[in-house]
Amino acid sequence: MQARRIIVIGAGHNGLTCAAYLARGGYDVVVVEASDHVGGAADTREFADGFRVSGCAHYVYQLNQQVVQELGLQQHGLEYSARDLSTIALSPGEQRVTIGPGGLSGPVTERDRSGHQEFTRLTERFAGLLSRYLNQAPPRLANGTRKDRLTLARLGWDIRRLGRDDMRELLRVGAINIYDVLNEFFDSDLVKGAISLDAVLGTHMGPRSPNSVLTYLYRLAGNGVPRPGALALPRGGMGGIAAALERAARAAGVEIRSGTAVGRITVSHDRVSGVELTDGERLEAGLVVSSADPRTTVLSLLGARHCETGFVRRIHNLRCRGNAAKLHLALDGPPDFPGVGAPDLRHRLIFAPDMDYAERAFNPAKYGEYSTEPVMEIALPSMSDPSLAPEGKHVLSAIVQYAPYQLKAGWDDGQKQAFLDVALATLATVAPGIRDQIVAGELLTPADIEARYRISGGHWHHGELSLDQFMFVRPVPGATQYALPVDGLFLCGAGAHPGGGITGTPGRIAAQVIVEGGAA
Amino acid sequence: MSVAGKPVSERVLRTAFYSRTSEANLLNKWHSWRGYTTADAYYDASIEYFACRNATGVFDLCPMTKYRITGPDALAYLDRLVTRDMTRIKPGRVAYAVWCNDAGKVIDDGTIFHLSQGEYRLCAYGRHLAWLLAATLGFDVSVEEETDEIAALAVQGPTSCAILKDMGLDGIENLKPFGLTHFDHGQLMVSRTGFTGDLGYELWVERRFAENLWDRLFEAGRLRGIRAMGGDALDMARIEAGFLQAEVDFLPADQVVRPGRARSPYELGLGWLVDLEKANFNGRRALAREKAEGSSVWQMVKLVIEGNKPADASYIYAGTRKQVGFVTSAMWSPVAKQNIALATVKAPYGNNESNLHAEIYYQRELHWSRVMARCEVVDKPFWDPPRRRATPPADY
Repeated sequence: MQARRIIVIGAGHNGLTCAAYLARGGYDVVVVEASDHVGGAADTREFADGFRVSGCAHYVYQLNQQVVQELGLQQHGLEYSARDLSTIALSPGEQRVTIGPGGLSGPVTERDRSGHQEFTRLTERFAGLLSRYLNQAPPRLANGTRKDRLTLARLGWDIRRLGRDDMRELLRVGAINIYDVLNEFFDSDLVKGAISLDAVLGTHMGPRSPNSVLTYLYRLAGNGVPRPGALALPRGGMGGIAAALERAARAAGVEIRSGTAVGRITVSHDRVSGVELTDGERLEAGLVVSSADPRTTVLSLLGARHCETGFVRRIHNLRCRGNAAKLHLALDGPPDFPGVGAPDLRHRLIFAPDMDYAERAFNPAKYGEYSTEPVMEIALPSMSDPSLAPEGKHVLSAIVQYAPYQLKAGWDDGQKQAFLDVALATLATVAPGIRDQIVAGELLTPADIEARYRISGGHWHHGELSLDQFMFVRPVPGATQYALPVDGLFLCGAGAHPGGGITGTPGRIAAQVIVEGGAA
Repeated sequence: MSVAGKPVSERVLRTAFYSRTSEANLLNKWHSWRGYTTADAYYDASIEYFACRNATGVFDLCPMTKYRITGPDALAYLDRLVTRDMTRIKPGRVAYAVWCNDAGKVIDDGTIFHLSQGEYRLCAYGRHLAWLLAATLGFDVSVEEETDEIAALAVQGPTSCAILKDMGLDGIENLKPFGLTHFDHGQLMVSRTGFTGDLGYELWVERRFAENLWDRLFEAGRLRGIRAMGGDALDMARIEAGFLQAEVDFLPADQVVRPGRARSPYELGLGWLVDLEKANFNGRRALAREKAEGSSVWQMVKLVIEGNKPADASYIYAGTRKQVGFVTSAMWSPVAKQNIALATVKAPYGNNESNLHAEIYYQRELHWSRVMARCEVVDKPFWDPPRRRATPPADY
């Protein structure tokens, strides 16, 4: 019957990527998207009249270049309004340090400069090694095939080939925290604060949390252009990437049905038979590929009944509670960040004046409270892309941490307003006049992100990126090569290997696994 | 305060019948069953055993772990939990069942009582709350342990039905095997179940009714040879019935450490409890694979062994040289007049073509001797009298 038909759940960037590859692999692909537009968390939203921002992530620094080339995203309209941006670390005073393509500038020591070179060399080397394994299906540790064992052997060999010193260093820093490592390389509090924020952005970690070196390496292991981790702004916001992917998918023959929510995945004789929409309509298919997060896919859409208790327990216990809130402000003119020249406002601004500040910001999150002195990653995308705001006006987009998903007091209007006040007060320490320029604004807590983007726990990465949920064990043992226990059902979103971020990689590898497996 | 610092009376769990069992225990022989003070034997294990085979033996079942399972999804929950089709177990019926982990290895076996529509009690030798609660994820069901609140007695043997009738349980003779019914305005539940492979019943009451139940029962059974029976006698009876004992004949899958030490239902001879056609259940995919590939590693066999020396802990050989397994339970069976054993052997040696032998070591006045005894594999339980199933049972 519908054996060659595949339903992809969710038109997020990974869902679209997977769908496009599957269609090119000869399948008849339908993408079902609950929202009325594509992109999922890679969207551009108009939050006030004429003011548009990226709804979740706002910088691109990991997008898989094979996806860009193979799907011809540039031909399908992918453009950047800015590339290879610098990072400007802000202090509450007017001290500024720029971390740019050419190294550090600002009040830093000689040790900072040389440390930055060595730190960059080392982390890029490790990330390069990692990136090879993040761009293919992870080898299985148990019940593996010959291919899995070969991949594992090659991983071991690649680590050995780093040479004695670097190999030892990788094994030493691999699971420790970014705080200790940065102290070995740098003097400058501003530099350390800013780099440590990159390691913990979007996670439930502070700079002193174990595992925060891995998250930093993961950031560098994507395909930043022209160098690992290089920051870019897509024209038109993140929705620009989604639009290019949508065109690429349609060009490959994919049918996209937006405004259509899946109620459940249907199963017959232990094999998926399709999906049932919330309006009761049934769509039949030989395979179903879900770009929803693993918890939503297994617990809400599939149902525990179709899986084993141990597997359901692992999925249920996935750590996927978000901590990142998103602040969007409509400004009636260019903001003034003292110490940052007007042309430099197109760069990324970081407020994490030192690592202890960042760690203290994290502390309340452990106990279900939000930071009263948060860290922030601030973008002013309209500085490079005037189309995002009415003429002469600007938008500010900031990731504000930490705002734990499971706030003890609950995310009611009062708590949200209180955290918004905290965020604005923090912003005012680096841009004192900004309050008077705000014409509109919104704050998205992880609870809002969960509701708006249908991500369990509001966690951008669909599951914490940590060693126990990484590579061979992502998202959980028993589902590491995209296939779920029910025949014909696959994952292709950020919850699957290699993980979150605007990469397209999980979607691409999932499609490869399906096409190579000749499933259906 | 630490548990160890508490006085004995608070530290040690006592069953609801302790006032009666301690009175009856002339030998003062006890063991701890999951913390409960439980009699090994009251006066003589053999006499207690013969009471249960020829009259009636009463075993204090209180330490048996009991879970109350209720809620709209109780049936779906249990059907997903165990390997057999629970939709066939109607209210008023009891099912013997095993439950497996994801890999299709047995966690434990037990009985599930369908008390009333959508309300169940699961009884098992071990404790499994963590697993049972994990299995509730995604189901609208509640699982509560009620081990201490519910008191139970096994009343087993040929005169058991007559005794219960004398106790005033009208119509008890019509209760079919694996059926359950209520008396005394619902305060007393009786099921026709047991661990002896003979005619027998189990009586279930709230803890506060326990002592009264004991007294009524023993009063009614005075002239029909009723006797309290300890764990030693029960163990003899269950081996004769061919029943497996968790932690003796197999290890629960969540307790094994070494790979390959857990057992699938097929490997325990419990394949008849596995319904691969029903809706998905824990371990189904692994079991379907095992069955399709014939990849079972072990077989559980019932052996009749020549001679009269119990084959406790013996190695089993195919022929007399090739070691293929070991005995997990063994005894001289007085009713079967046979030397019997339950053994685990490597597949496919569990048949009579393998010419199995047991290497039995035995002691005579401190001196050890060894014999290689020929074993015969049998299918049927060693003891399986027609009265076990007869409804109504003959009036002994």
